[in-house]
Amino acid sequence: MCLAVPVRIVSIDGDTAETEIAGVRRRVSIAFTPEVKVGDYVLLHTGYAIGVIDEAEAEETLKLLEEIASLSEVH
Amino acid sequence: MEFCGGHTHAILRYGIRQLVPKTVEMRSGPGCPVCVTATADLDKAIALAHLPDVIITTFGDMIRVPGSYSSLQKAKAEGADVRIVYSTIDAVEIAQANPKKSVIFVGIGFETTAPTIAASILKAQQDKIKNFYVLSLNKLTPPVMKALLDSGKIKLDGIVCPGHVSVIIGSHPYEFIPRDHRVACVISGFEPLDILLCIDKLVEQIEKSEPKVEIAYPRGVKPEGNKKALQLMEDVFEIGEANWRGIGIVPQSGLTIREKYERFNADKAFSVSLKPPREPKGCRCGDIIRGAAMPLECKLFRKVCTPESPVGPCMVSSEGACAAYYQYGTLENSQVT
Amino acid sequence: MDDSILLAHGSGGKLSHELVEKQFLPFLANPALNKLDDSAIFEASGRLAFTTDGYVVNPIFFPGGDIGKLAVCGTVNDLAMNGAKPQYLSLSAIIEEGFPLSELAKIVKSIKKAADEAEVNIIAGDTKVVNRGQADKLFITTSGVGIIPPGVDISGANARAGDKVLLSGTIGDHGIAVMSQREGLRFSMALDSDCAPLNKLVAQMLEASSNIHCLRDPTRGGLATTLNELARQSKVGIVVDEAKIPVKEEVKAACELLGLDPLYVANEGKLVAIADPADADKILTQMKKNSYGRDAAIIGEVTTEHPGKVVMKTKLGPSRIVDMLSGELLPRIC
Repeated sequence: MCLAVPVRIVSIDGDTAETEIAGVRRRVSIAFTPEVKVGDYVLLHTGYAIGVIDEAEAEETLKLLEEIASLSEVH
Repeated sequence: MEFCGGHTHAILRYGIRQLVPKTVEMRSGPGCPVCVTATADLDKAIALAHLPDVIITTFGDMIRVPGSYSSLQKAKAEGADVRIVYSTIDAVEIAQANPKKSVIFVGIGFETTAPTIAASILKAQQDKIKNFYVLSLNKLTPPVMKALLDSGKIKLDGIVCPGHVSVIIGSHPYEFIPRDHRVACVISGFEPLDILLCIDKLVEQIEKSEPKVEIAYPRGVKPEGNKKALQLMEDVFEIGEANWRGIGIVPQSGLTIREKYERFNADKAFSVSLKPPREPKGCRCGDIIRGAAMPLECKLFRKVCTPESPVGPCMVSSEGACAAYYQYGTLENSQVT
Repeated sequence: MDDSILLAHGSGGKLSHELVEKQFLPFLANPALNKLDDSAIFEASGRLAFTTDGYVVNPIFFPGGDIGKLAVCGTVNDLAMNGAKPQYLSLSAIIEEGFPLSELAKIVKSIKKAADEAEVNIIAGDTKVVNRGQADKLFITTSGVGIIPPGVDISGANARAGDKVLLSGTIGDHGIAVMSQREGLRFSMALDSDCAPLNKLVAQMLEASSNIHCLRDPTRGGLATTLNELARQSKVGIVVDEAKIPVKEEVKAACELLGLDPLYVANEGKLVAIADPADADKILTQMKKNSYGRDAAIIGEVTTEHPGKVVMKTKLGPSRIVDMLSGELLPRIC
């Protein structure tokens, strides 16, 4: 099962957190990501944060994806 | 081949097949948890729905899948209490709110969902909720990859490894694939460029004859996975054989609830008598699930089997190959031949 | 008076009269309705448009509206989609025993507000009460009559190759706003339903051009279903550009979260117009002057290729078929 969406941690309350993405807010369980901090991005799957998104890696990938995107525009 | 319903969906939605060179052929593997649920197991869930004072809670994907004789949706129309939930958290809350009823959660999914089901059992135990049960139909991804590769029935050069399953299990469980089968392995994200990047890396591995496991989704996947999630799964579940639709029994590929949490196990708490399962005539879901056939090769596709009147699960689940083809087909493959 | 609906309110006797006189009449008053005859009498000439619709939305109150507003706007819009100027509505309410009168009052006020904005009068009405459990709180049916100005010929069958396809604004707002209130899905956002009467927008568009061939509002089934209906009715193909279809960021995010495609989510205050390409730009300019058309865009065109089918050029480049909604719009997990 795969649908997981990146959301931002807004506040933490025990083992749940309030998250937000583009104005949509949802309370999620952070049972699997107890190490999160406010401002982190997590992957949300069926009400649980299943992993913390690594910002440095995200930026690296974004650069790579932008490279590919500019290549495909040439075609 | 991709082994993740999310990838099947994305590949068709973004027209990836049209963007890759003709030398790259893409096949869909058993990545849709709804599609791989054995008919007999679905029949059991439907039978449980008809028991008195039972509330069935399930993810939306399951509700329209045809079992041998009925579906959860039909059971609901006949008066059974079947409720769609978005999260196992909701299922536990329904149990709390209805102490006189037995609330059974239909636990389908792979490793992305298994920890959430484990967490729900632990929560029910912590909160002393006595009427929550799980029908554990969770399956594991690497064992089915192994089964397909071992069978030799399908020749693969590369595997698009599931994205979010890998967030949980990491990259090590796939190492047997390049090692024992010389097949390239790249873990992919879900954006269209993620998938193209993954295919690019697979082609590179194949051209260099250097198959290995690579993570092309590093923002989400770490080699060791999510230890906390794996820990919870280990605590609640043990691994056993599982019955995969279209494939049959695959050893070490299913999760059953451990004895210490037995009282949450719907299989132990309830017994139902079932008629023998039957597959719909002409349905090729089994072949499609293991990548041996494409939806267009099924004689029922689009003519008899449509999303309104699905014959098999591949058309019902929006992650199923047939549903994805139907919805996102190109002009060419939408012609009825 | 009691604070909730009783079966007796539907029996035709004293309480029924009280219900009409205290709950409905003061708000919806107009000469025809006030007569309280068995039927309303009015005069009309020319081509008349007539439509009916039932409203069973759940929950009955949602951000940006309620079942009452929906019942008026939906029927007003159906009339407007044929170019008619809506005149009169009838309203039938089936109420579940136990329904709070305070909520009924809110809904009637909402009906009045919507009717005033659309400049229509409700001239006939009926209420029935059913036993608890036999209706989900409140069901409303409205029928409407409108007059089509001479020379206006708008129909789903009139699209021609070369025509432009215009959309009046962002898609998915209503469906997502309603879903955000449903139990079990539990997400919150500051998004209102787009429920609105579009008859004035249509009138302004008709002033700008007499070459509007089709109008339709993409309600249940979403934009995708409506475009398919038009393609089939007119026996033409439609091509749209994904990048040009306006979708609010929150709607995109909510759809991602729920596993829905905004193309299939219901709208209650948007319209699709198919018009002669020579007039497309001035129609668009006119639409943008109206608050219900401020995000309007030209999203595609009509073609002779692939008749009956809708093709979308995706943001990435390749094109794909966009089919009608099949089955129900269920949130998917996978």
